[in-house]
Amino acid sequence: MPRIFETPIYPYQRSADQDAGARRRHKVVVVGAGPVGLVTAIDLARQGVPVIVVDENDKVSFGSRAICFAKRPLEILDRLGCGQQMVDKGVTWNLGKVFFHDREIYSFNLLPGQGHRRPAFINLQQYHFEKFLVDHIRAMQAQGAPIEIRGRNKVSAIGLHDDHVTLEIDTPEGPYNLDAEWLIACDGANSPIRKMLGLGFSGQVFQDNFLIADVVMEAEFPTERWFWFDPPFNRGQSALLHKQPDNVWRIDMQLGWDINREHELKPENIRRRLHAMLGEDAKFELEWTSIYTFRCARMERFRKGRVLFAGDSAHQVSPFGARGANSGIQDADNLAWKLRAVINGQAPEALLDSYCDEREQAADENILNSTRSTEFITPKSEISHIFRDAVLDLAEHHEFARPLVNSGRLSVPTIHDGSPLNGPDAEGLPPETRPGAPAIDAPLGEGWLLDRLGDGFRLLAIGIDVPDELAGIEVVQVAADESDALAEHWLGGAGRALYLIRPDQHVAARWLEYDRDAIAAAHERALGRQ
Amino acid sequence: MPPQLTLTANIPDPDDFYEALLAAHEGLSKAESDALNARLILLLANHVGDPAILREALRQASRKPAS
Ligand SMILES: Cc1cc2nc3c(=O)[nH]c(=O)nc-3n(C[C@H](O)[C@H](O)[C@H](O)COP(=O)(O)OP(=O)(O)OC[C@H]3O[C@@H](n4cnc5c(N)ncnc54)[C@H](O)[C@@H]3O)c2cc1C
Repeated sequence: MPRIFETPIYPYQRSADQDAGARRRHKVVVVGAGPVGLVTAIDLARQGVPVIVVDENDKVSFGSRAICFAKRPLEILDRLGCGQQMVDKGVTWNLGKVFFHDREIYSFNLLPGQGHRRPAFINLQQYHFEKFLVDHIRAMQAQGAPIEIRGRNKVSAIGLHDDHVTLEIDTPEGPYNLDAEWLIACDGANSPIRKMLGLGFSGQVFQDNFLIADVVMEAEFPTERWFWFDPPFNRGQSALLHKQPDNVWRIDMQLGWDINREHELKPENIRRRLHAMLGEDAKFELEWTSIYTFRCARMERFRKGRVLFAGDSAHQVSPFGARGANSGIQDADNLAWKLRAVINGQAPEALLDSYCDEREQAADENILNSTRSTEFITPKSEISHIFRDAVLDLAEHHEFARPLVNSGRLSVPTIHDGSPLNGPDAEGLPPETRPGAPAIDAPLGEGWLLDRLGDGFRLLAIGIDVPDELAGIEVVQVAADESDALAEHWLGGAGRALYLIRPDQHVAARWLEYDRDAIAAAHERALGRQ
Repeated sequence: MPPQLTLTANIPDPDDFYEALLAAHEGLSKAESDALNARLILLLANHVGDPAILREALRQASRKPAS
């Protein structure tokens, strides 16, 4: 049976654009059908913006790549209507174990958060993740959503103009041209679009190689994340074991800088390494193996005129902390509503600059976290090694040293403090829901707060009546005592509060008293109209 | 006033402490001594906790010795 990532799922089909005499103009073209391009396109299309996704390939990600998907991206997928499939298929885990040399030094339990619908994260192969997104697009198409994926359509040249971008696209039947009013480049870390525009991508390259092996095995290992520092089977290096659905296990082994790639990639050598780790009797099949190196880098600005960059094309991090796809999905979430508002004439183009401001801030945060994890996992100097080992030694005996152990800080959303879209804050309300923060979920009756918020501008009125109809804002009225989680995260000590929530479910502004004009002003500001 | 890094004598019996510090390193290789020092720094830093004091201690320790 061919594996899912070897089967074309959006095979090439000739499009009408290829036979049109003149070049046709489209609203939005997304380049790249990776996780970020697909999520961006789904978000735009559900909001009624016609979108075409082009990809040089016609399959999902070859091999798994990303496996950990965090809570906030899952909530975004819920908003897009395809979170449940992912969670049903994914593996939820809570227990992590840390090993040093030949012994377990401690374990940690990520207790499932109370009052959230979604777990801290799930493990799911990137190819399943992408396949679910493509299935969702097919379902949307069946209902007439303006979305199209064109496989084996490779962008080979682009031209920038004031109000559009010209594209040259190669297909198996030869090239054709089209125009896009807006182009979203989700074409991955080696972004050809970025290169065509001569835009830089600067940062730090890490001198290390990692062997990644996804193996299929019936194993006794529990559903836990195991991380080894300097284990006997991989001296002086690190290793990771993590479970994915369908009995697939992710093994990630640090190899060091000075290696013979070809030699390391030979199946017999990989098997030898895996047997040393899993035991001589372990029975497994290699599903996908690869050796990767990485860098932490980003573009200086995520926008160039009518071209917007999202996901790995805009920023790249080390895999520690699972911040690549997770942050790219949040780029999509941030960008889609803004682009829709600009296209519909509700907001000036300048609103798109706030996409850059906010997501560049997030990229910096992710790069910082990922660089710190890398420094801990692969110490760069003798003294850094000494401190790293001292932390691990102490962690075995003392709780205090465990927070210093850094095998990846798992992806959490960025709070956009200082964003130009933020309106007033009110004193006394909880800090975690301040302007710029993503909405925190809470149970509401049979359902969940985030589902009630949906994806337009909302005024969340907790324990307070809103007497008016508000232009462009839907009121979501809830009682102050609806749930403990609601009171904890949204009220603190206050008996009532009003929150203006953006379409990406981030808080724009909040008040203790109803003031129609203040709300209207904050709405203007959140749309970049001020 | 916020708490500050103590830079006046604060160890009741300095000679005792100094002797104990060296005794802890007695017979250790350079690598073992380095490891002990690192553990000691981490233990004491956690005891202090206060980021402002830790920053100040790092600053004082980083001053180049007078030439
Ligand atoms: C070993 C490993 C483990 C990882 N683990 C995690 C994890 O646990 N969690 C996590 O969140 N992230 C993880 N990541 C990162 C994650 O895989 C990436 O961040 C993610 O794939 C980025 O998605 P993207 O859509 O931006 O780009 P990509 O997935 O790279 O997609 C880019 C797409 O653009 C297409 N394309 C390129 N050029 C053209 C062109 N000229 N014309 C048309 N199409 C083009 C490509 O065919 C491709 O489909 C991991 C990465 C690696 C390597």
